[in-house]
Amino acid sequence: MHPLLTPINRYGFYLLAWTPLAAILVYLLAVPGNLGWLDATVLVIPLCLVYQFVCLSAWYMCKAAPLRGASSFRVRLTHLVAAAVISLLWIEFARLLAYVLSQTASFRGLSERFAPQVPVLFGVGFLFYLLSVAAHYVILAIEESRQAEARALETSIFARDAELRALKAQVNPHFLFNSLNSISALTSVDPVKAREMCILLAEFLRMTLGLGEKTSVPLSEELSLLHRYLAIEKVRFGSRLLMEEDLQQVSSSLQLPPLLLQPLIENAVTHGIANLPEGGTVRLSGQSHNGRVHLAIENTFDPESTLTRKGGLGLKNVRERLEARYGKDANIRVSTENAIFRVDLSFPADAADTKEAKS
Amino acid sequence: MSRKDDKKTTALIVDDEDLARLVLRELIQTHPEIEVLAECGNGFEAVKAVAEHKPDLIFLDVQMPKLSGFDVLELIGTDTAVIFVTAYDQYAMRAFEVHAVDYLLKPIGRDRFEAALERAKSRIGEKLPPAPDLAAAARPPKQFLERIVVRDGTRVTLIPVAKLDYAEAQDDYVALASEGKKHLKQQTIAGLEACLDPDRFVRVHRSYVVNFERVVRIEPYGKDSRLAILADGTRLPVSRAGYARLKALLDQRA
Repeated sequence: MHPLLTPINRYGFYLLAWTPLAAILVYLLAVPGNLGWLDATVLVIPLCLVYQFVCLSAWYMCKAAPLRGASSFRVRLTHLVAAAVISLLWIEFARLLAYVLSQTASFRGLSERFAPQVPVLFGVGFLFYLLSVAAHYVILAIEESRQAEARALETSIFARDAELRALKAQVNPHFLFNSLNSISALTSVDPVKAREMCILLAEFLRMTLGLGEKTSVPLSEELSLLHRYLAIEKVRFGSRLLMEEDLQQVSSSLQLPPLLLQPLIENAVTHGIANLPEGGTVRLSGQSHNGRVHLAIENTFDPESTLTRKGGLGLKNVRERLEARYGKDANIRVSTENAIFRVDLSFPADAADTKEAKS
Repeated sequence: MSRKDDKKTTALIVDDEDLARLVLRELIQTHPEIEVLAECGNGFEAVKAVAEHKPDLIFLDVQMPKLSGFDVLELIGTDTAVIFVTAYDQYAMRAFEVHAVDYLLKPIGRDRFEAALERAKSRIGEKLPPAPDLAAAARPPKQFLERIVVRDGTRVTLIPVAKLDYAEAQDDYVALASEGKKHLKQQTIAGLEACLDPDRFVRVHRSYVVNFERVVRIEPYGKDSRLAILADGTRLPVSRAGYARLKALLDQRA
């Protein structure tokens, strides 16, 4: 909907703005144009009433030809042609109006007296239309900035939301129950190992708790969390769970959002390895070049298992957090090939560093 | 002991985690009247072991690779009492709908275990409706099968529904045609139909359910009936009601 028509009081201001324009036109026709005040007024009132409405159409032209993007020459040409066409139609309407009025007794001969003023009217129409275009571009810009503001607000709320959910999703309760079951099994057959596992689990939980307040953690910290997680799962799955890590090319002081990799590793274990009777391998690898970090998490999975939810909540969560943090600079890609499920992450390495350095 | 004959209660332990099996073994050890015949690390082994040993009772994990606990239950028939053992509580409803004796949550406590065992002993030997129909009854609404599990002796086959061409009723069984082979499964055709996505499978005849994507054309046959010709040339009878259902699905897709 046109922004000047809704709400209705805005339209009132718009009409008010037209009053001086109409007065100028009356003056032009009456004094330099020698039409006389009465004739000029009677002509101008209907002309302006129609034309103010016509000028509203500039809104659609402005939207169709935004100042950004298209070449400025084309934009100008579009509006000049539109102004010319609309003014031409307007003066034809004016001629018709003058002709109709001249049929009445009180305005006899108006048509002939008006004829020499047609070029003036054309000029005025042309200018008024361009004025309207300018005004509409201003309105458009105001609207755009308001929308951008709303979007920015939305994004920041969204980012907060995703963070909160990330924190809630920290520890999968089933992971806890299964681990406790393993501990309860170990207490009689291998008390030393049971104690070790209690400590691993406690350390893992303590680390995830502490992450709530942080916006970034060094890679080394995320890795020590992952190692504990995997060590616990290794007790459960035994030889079915194999791990590989190739991160020599990535600085261990690299900053990244906390718990970015953990949900992906957890997915790899619970949706990948857990569905394979013979088990499989979880592989974490990374490189950094040109100021970007590329991390990949791969796991073997059972392509026939239709129960495997590919990705699920954990992946969605990681995607949202990366996007909230790095916007379009972050990339996340999921692929499956030859029974390998792979998640690729890539994001700027330095952005995180500077952010941390400032805070 | 509820049964005073000298025959022991035989049991199987099925879990893909060594430690989880260990806990159960320990808990059972205090009951000399229970004899653990075998321990299985996955569903296939479980189905095989049930066929071989015919145990009275199974401790069955739900989340296992390839075949879940529910799949196993569907395949082994109902002569065996089942106690589900899992870390997940969201399957409890379903477990009781398939007439599981009990549902133990990990980590398992001694008291809870004893109670489940008592229930199991009183239930051993009870006759229950055929397992596949129970499984169908326990299926959440709007959620359809993605694969069908079939057992032939001790062999278990998984048929993804996309690879199922058609199913044919044969007395108490359905014959499932997939990739040129036929697999027999003890289930009614109505029970099977209820588990299949009605947008993909059509009951074209009292005895036939067909995968809609396999139908290449319909030919008239006799006065009132028609034949459905499948991509591999198979001809299936189509009843008048079946033809109406086929047409309805065709219109819906168009």
